[in-house]
Amino acid sequence: MVALMIVIAFVGVWQLYTELSGLDAFVLPPPTEVVTSLYDDRGLLLENFLVTGGEMLLGLLVALLLGIALTVLLHLSPPARRGLYPLLVGTQVVPIVLIAPLLVAWFGFGLLPKLGIVAVVCFFPIVVPTLDALRRIDPDRIKLMRTLGATRWQVLRFAEAPSALPGLFTGTRLAVAIAAIAAVLAEYSGSERGLGRLTLQSIPQLETARAYAAIVVLMTFTLLLYAGLAALERLLLPWAAAPERTP
Amino acid sequence: MATELGVATPRITDGVVLDGVSHAYGATQALERVSLSARGGEVVAIVGPSGCGKSTLLDLVCGLTTPQAGRVEAPRAVLMPQRDQLLPWLTAADNAALALRVNGTSKHAAREKATRLLAELGLGGFERTRPADLSGGMRQRVAFARTLLAGAPLLCLDEPFGALDAITRADTQAWLAEALRRSPRTVLLVTHDVEEAVLLADTVVVLSPRPGRVVKRLRIDLPPGRTATDPGVVELRAEALAAMR
Repeated sequence: MVALMIVIAFVGVWQLYTELSGLDAFVLPPPTEVVTSLYDDRGLLLENFLVTGGEMLLGLLVALLLGIALTVLLHLSPPARRGLYPLLVGTQVVPIVLIAPLLVAWFGFGLLPKLGIVAVVCFFPIVVPTLDALRRIDPDRIKLMRTLGATRWQVLRFAEAPSALPGLFTGTRLAVAIAAIAAVLAEYSGSERGLGRLTLQSIPQLETARAYAAIVVLMTFTLLLYAGLAALERLLLPWAAAPERTP
Repeated sequence: MATELGVATPRITDGVVLDGVSHAYGATQALERVSLSARGGEVVAIVGPSGCGKSTLLDLVCGLTTPQAGRVEAPRAVLMPQRDQLLPWLTAADNAALALRVNGTSKHAAREKATRLLAELGLGGFERTRPADLSGGMRQRVAFARTLLAGAPLLCLDEPFGALDAITRADTQAWLAEALRRSPRTVLLVTHDVEEAVLLADTVVVLSPRPGRVVKRLRIDLPPGRTATDPGVVELRAEALAAMR
């Protein structure tokens, strides 16, 4: 509620500023023009949104599968953890802004380099909180499972994996928040379609309102994705909301 | 007269023997030449000040750790850890049924069995409740049901009532004594509460501060249904406390 009021206030100030300052609409379009563009350009926006939204969702899916597989591997195998973890951190210090155009040069203008870029940016925030959740499990819980006769795999299935789910959700929410940035960055580096591409095109065409409209569409999608995940988490993990109580 | 609990009682003829057991973590000597034994069906309480290696002792008996010196002979043992360690995402019945699920019983059959035992343990109607909505005493009962359903002849209880308030604690102790009478097992009960030890055990073993050594062994020849104010209990409690000092 408060957030909504802040947004309304922000848009109001923006509108007022554009009207009072006498700035040209192609420098800073007033919100009303952005809304007009959202309507007038809806076909164009939708077409490009489907491309970018697809890149984000598929990229997140790849990141999620890769992230879970890596987390399980790192958790189960201390040698893998020692060997791979530094390399994973390494992937995050690669300046992706610089690598992106090179990937596009290598893999072409299609979907593949976009998926790669989104996945590389998004898997790390999935791995870290999930792995942390696995490591924070009370050792007594593992001992208990072992005396109940559980194999290593059963300990993972019955005790560890569910304990790590809240971490996985946290990580996925973080990944969603940056997936849009990654997808747009990938499109900037070379593409024929997509909201990032559309924004980049609209600026030299002095269609600034359309560029803002594209940004609004992307933000709305990301927020909905984030809210959807949060709702799914409340639905699937009601126990995680209540702090774990000990007698 | 209550009947046997609706859970298969395993053969409890095999006792537990620890012979000259020593164990250290790095430079910290946890246990030093500890020898003690429990006959099949006996309840042995191990008391001692904090950090005297009581939990290490249970790890050794449960086969979670191998002793650095000495010999441990124990049948299959199941641990009831400090803090109940109920899984917050499972209902009471599914928590109690955990051992059954681990050994391959179908979800439905396991749940049914657990529900029956929970009802007999005074938790009827709570089988679908999650741990966060159970009181401390109820959680301990669910944890005990989980321990029983593991079907092991030896139960290792690590400070099972440590986190309960005094009244719940007294109730739960009486409840445990009754449950064990109905479904007998060999029990190693680790506690820092001497009174609890005297109330529940057939034998009390007192350990010294770290490194843990056996300093006293007390037979508790009192009838069941003991209370904290029985003269016999008071006397043995004083004797055990004196040994701890």
